[in-house]
Amino acid sequence: MEVVLAIVIGFLYGGGLYLMMRRNLIQLIIGLGLLSHGANLLIFTAGGLRKGGAPILADGEKVFSTIPADPLPQALILTSIVISFAVTAFALVLFLRTYQTVGTDDVDELKETETE
Amino acid sequence: MTLLPSLPITIPLAGAVLCMLFRRNIRAQKGIALFTSFLILLTSLTIFASTKDGTIAVMNVGDWPAPFGITLAIDMLSSVMLLLVGLLAVGVSAYACFDLDEPRMKFGFFPLMLILLMGVNGAFVTGDLFNLYVWFEVLLTASFILLALGGERAQLAGSIKYVTLNLLSSALFLAGIGILYGMAGTLNLADLAHLVKDGARGDLLTMVAIMFMMAFGIKAGMFPLYFWLPASYPTPPAAVTALFSGLLTKVGAYSMIRMFTLVFDSDPEFLHGLILVGAGLTMLSGVLAATAQYEMRKILAVHIVSQIGYILMGLGLFTELALTGSIIYLAHVIIVKTNLFLVAGAVNRLKGTYDLKKLGGLYSERPGLSLLFIISAMSLAGVPPLSGFFAKITLIIAGIQIESWAIVVVALGVSLLTLYSMTKIWAYVFWKPAPEPLPDLDPMPKGQWFVFLLPMVGYTVISIAIGVFAGPVFDYASEAAAQLMNPQAYIDAVLGGV
Repeated sequence: MEVVLAIVIGFLYGGGLYLMMRRNLIQLIIGLGLLSHGANLLIFTAGGLRKGGAPILADGEKVFSTIPADPLPQALILTSIVISFAVTAFALVLFLRTYQTVGTDDVDELKETETE
Repeated sequence: MTLLPSLPITIPLAGAVLCMLFRRNIRAQKGIALFTSFLILLTSLTIFASTKDGTIAVMNVGDWPAPFGITLAIDMLSSVMLLLVGLLAVGVSAYACFDLDEPRMKFGFFPLMLILLMGVNGAFVTGDLFNLYVWFEVLLTASFILLALGGERAQLAGSIKYVTLNLLSSALFLAGIGILYGMAGTLNLADLAHLVKDGARGDLLTMVAIMFMMAFGIKAGMFPLYFWLPASYPTPPAAVTALFSGLLTKVGAYSMIRMFTLVFDSDPEFLHGLILVGAGLTMLSGVLAATAQYEMRKILAVHIVSQIGYILMGLGLFTELALTGSIIYLAHVIIVKTNLFLVAGAVNRLKGTYDLKKLGGLYSERPGLSLLFIISAMSLAGVPPLSGFFAKITLIIAGIQIESWAIVVVALGVSLLTLYSMTKIWAYVFWKPAPEPLPDLDPMPKGQWFVFLLPMVGYTVISIAIGVFAGPVFDYASEAAAQLMNPQAYIDAVLGGV
């Protein structure tokens, strides 16, 4: 399972970085999204994949009979999904506004702030 | 358990919420922002007083015991950073009340500024790695909006670069956190330090350390990851740029110092060597890029990069004296750099341009403003007896002590080039006669002009004071550096000696 997820993560990172290096603003934002998905899955995988139950003790139990899944990576991922949702929403509005003001979605044309 | 360590976070939050309640009333917002800023300064002074003797203020949020819950831990480095945030908050909000245009205030400059301060303070007080990530996102989101607020063409173009690269850095940071959690099973910084010392896997740890170095390097503006900075920082109004230059890159530098003294100190030869090389190149590329600029704000913005190099140089040398130098440099550069941007903003307000070639003759028109500029500029270049001199000399002596000649030569050379850039601004903007006389766009009455200059006067006085009271400042910084070099006290304070 780890191997499959490792390949998926690699694919997401590769695709994300490829899209970020394109000149189109929409591809840029999709690339960013893929990258954050990759990072989330990475946390999930690195936190340990386990087929245990939920980490809740039944009544009267003092120890887990089987080692449960670690809940913390899931909490981390949930937080980072929320953050990346908000940031993506902001980025979309920013890009739309830029498109309306500058009249292009080509990153190469956004050069006026460059320091030559 | 005392609530003190959480106040730097809750006070700006409360201020921001209050500002939002008075959305339509700019006058009330100004008052709330100023009042909150003073409260932030007051809290940070209280914290500073209580951690001055080397105690580490610890708070377990929600009373969850240390490695399981989120811990707030303030050591001497954190408390000096909090103090600087307080000073910056007061000065910049006072300046913004005067200088910022109406539409930007209407669209919520003040609440955003307070949220930004909350994020910065949170990053300085937290003792938990994931919490650090969250604070980074809080301050970044606020800074995204502040940068784009106003929606001018250049601002939007700058924002896109800034947003993209910072999101990339956040993704790297997050991935690093994930791998570190997989290795150590904890995200509490003190607990992480513990486990790494117990001998975690060497090569993987080095790789994760480099991921963190890149993530913080992008945020701090370290070579070769700084290209977003000169493209975005000069675009918003002066108050915003001053706030950004004082705080944002410094949070990156602070995080790097924190992580590479507490957690990733297992392989200093390679990791800190790498930081040192990065620091040298950062200084050099920043200062060289500035020589080609003829726009006041851009010169100053590119110089931020070069200043970051000095801060990282102390971390790269990785001795107690070097870290002392870094801490003094951090304090010095936050104050001085902010002040320079405010002065640049004042020049723009008077003359309506930042262009070196169009400006001129300000020395005869506004001797007071010129004096404020030249003191800060000379301090930045490192002319004795101002604050920059003592910061730089500490770093250079630290470099000589461990015979790291290359970085010493670079640091000295960059200092000279900084002097060149600053005298260039001085000569063009203040000294030479104006090519064509520019009219005063905003002839303020004398009293109002003085109030407008007040934050800048304050910062100049602080910069001189750091130079005059170099002894006590040095003692404090070296104690803070000793805390960083011997993290056992920090670990014990957080984990309660577990």
